[in-house]
Amino acid sequence: MKTKVLLSAVCLLFSVTSTAETVFVSLEKDNAIAIVDPIAGKLVKTVNIGQRPRGIQLSPDAQTLYIATSDDDTVLEVDANTLAVKSRLPSGEDPETFAINSLGTRMYVSNEDDNQVTVIDLPTRQAIHTIGVGVEPEGIAVSPDGLWIVSASETTNMVHWIDAKTHEIKANTLVDPRPRALSFTADGQQLWVTSEIDGTLMIIDVATKEISQRVHFAVPGVGKEKIQPVGVVVDKKRQWAYVALGPANRVAVINAQSYAVEKYLLVGARVWNLAFSPEQQRLYTTNGVSHDISIIDLAEHKVTKSIAVGRYPWGLAVKP
Amino acid sequence: MMPVRLFPVVIFFLSLACSSKLLAGEAQEIKIAYITQEKQVPAALSNLEPFITDKGLQGALLGLKDNNTTGQFTAQHYLLEQVIVPIGGDVNAAFTEILKQGVQLIIVNLPAEQLVQLHQLNNMQALLFDVATRTDAFRQKQCLDDVLHILPSRAMRADALAQYMLKKRWKRWFLVSGNTPEDALYIDALKRSAKRFGMKVVAEKQWLHSYDARRTAQADIPVFTQVDDYDVLVVADEQGLFGEYISYRSWIPRPVIGTQGLIATAWHRTHEQWGAVQIQNRFKALAKRQMQEQDYAAYLAVRAIGEVVTRTRKVDAASIKAYLLSDRFKLQGYKGRPLSFRSWNGQLRQPVLLAAPSSLVIAPPLDGFLHPKNELDTLGYDQPEIQCQ
Repeated sequence: MKTKVLLSAVCLLFSVTSTAETVFVSLEKDNAIAIVDPIAGKLVKTVNIGQRPRGIQLSPDAQTLYIATSDDDTVLEVDANTLAVKSRLPSGEDPETFAINSLGTRMYVSNEDDNQVTVIDLPTRQAIHTIGVGVEPEGIAVSPDGLWIVSASETTNMVHWIDAKTHEIKANTLVDPRPRALSFTADGQQLWVTSEIDGTLMIIDVATKEISQRVHFAVPGVGKEKIQPVGVVVDKKRQWAYVALGPANRVAVINAQSYAVEKYLLVGARVWNLAFSPEQQRLYTTNGVSHDISIIDLAEHKVTKSIAVGRYPWGLAVKP
Repeated sequence: MMPVRLFPVVIFFLSLACSSKLLAGEAQEIKIAYITQEKQVPAALSNLEPFITDKGLQGALLGLKDNNTTGQFTAQHYLLEQVIVPIGGDVNAAFTEILKQGVQLIIVNLPAEQLVQLHQLNNMQALLFDVATRTDAFRQKQCLDDVLHILPSRAMRADALAQYMLKKRWKRWFLVSGNTPEDALYIDALKRSAKRFGMKVVAEKQWLHSYDARRTAQADIPVFTQVDDYDVLVVADEQGLFGEYISYRSWIPRPVIGTQGLIATAWHRTHEQWGAVQIQNRFKALAKRQMQEQDYAAYLAVRAIGEVVTRTRKVDAASIKAYLLSDRFKLQGYKGRPLSFRSWNGQLRQPVLLAAPSSLVIAPPLDGFLHPKNELDTLGYDQPEIQCQ
């Protein structure tokens, strides 16, 4: 009896925590992260974390939160439940963005000032390799099968294809000016890349490493110069893709089969990065200049709420 | 012995072949020359700012470094030949020597009169990148068809200031200028902008340097600035001989804007948006000082060449010029918009930064200043205004 009660209490506790997802938002100018309850639509609290936090991501098991504190030249390893800092990873200088493989064993960090990618072995917390890439590497991603690391350099205007086993660059794809974010489709067949300066989205065929599609954006009443694509995500079924259009203050909704832009959703000012809710029912956006995040209902493709979070929200990670 | 010696060479070519897969063709070498002349240290208003002797050159070197980082993936290598003519040296002879060597891409950091001479000597052989002048004549009446101008012209700067003053409703201007020919040109540009944006010049005065500003600014500036009421004092003092002393000393308290106070510039140390922090840091690491606008211009010139060479594998002046002037060319210049050239006068289109000493105020073109083709063309001479043949 006693165990049964205890068990049900545990189950209850578990179910409570599992339905209420948590959104962690890095606040570049507040040196903090915001913890948001998106279901309640509330900012729960803000926690000081380190200087100029930008890239933020959870481990595959969602138990560890990684945050690049760029001006501290480190990526913090934080307990996702208690928010206690567990360690400081040797990320190299000025880490901005990073990617983690699906096993949660390797982290790849872009070092923008040094034109390199640092490879960190997560179990031992050691930097095991650095890879020289083009000028100002930023967007970085690991293919779903773990074979490729792709790094986009903003000034060289290339996507570098790095062999995850040998850490050698095997191919380079020349892309439109100032490539920002990269995202593989779940099937691993395509890489979606945004060009901030040309205002385009490119879809690269992973097999040939060539650009197979280009998507252009035109928002009625918004100047062409304002359309500066940054964050891009594609849903698991490759039905819909979403692109943050920066100072155009819109998220573009793209049919991921036909590549037609179906809709532009008005969010906050200078929308930057995007993240799905765990079941991909919602999309969260960081709006740098309006200091808030927007919540988009993906069944309706409607913006349902915006929540003020703090100064210059940069990235976000969603914990189930 | 032989195989051991050959080994590194084989490895080099192997790695080249592997790393540049998909993009590399035959290895290419791209020669760029940079020509400038040493300058006398000018009279200074204050001893706070050290005289910088290598303005421009350090930017070219950073551009070269960036191009070569990219070049390792495309088997393209860039070289910069630095030609620094001493004071009193023969610039024309040095330039002719560069032409003789067959260099087709030349960055010119020289005053307007000398640029015209080089243009005549060049006779369309090389493509020249002007990283020093802001002369409106070259962009409107006296176009130099083998020259691309990287820095914003005086008209672009004046229009940028005027857009902001219109936004702030600072419509009544008090124009103050120095007595150099350059200051007179800036005043011309400001008057053109005033007319364009419907502003009113309510007073105009020239500072004649008849006293030492350092000693007497406190007493002289209030007297000098006693004119009818105005919204803003617009100063044209390109060399910085007196303008700094106007703020806080004028008879009535009004903002100072122009070449001092809130300035219009291609680059500023306070600029950090759109990835600018990265290049500011890279520049400081290389040059051990802050980046100046001539450095930015020389950097962009080298990067523009790199952009064309990477995408087309063409290295001759004619092909590079054709691509640069086409609408395919889009350069990332850390200002949030693609930079390109105006085909009618070779001017680089770009936002102009309006900066206070320690804060970036705004980067025109501003919202609401519309243009049928490109908002950047609301700054400076637009196609219909050109009188070049």
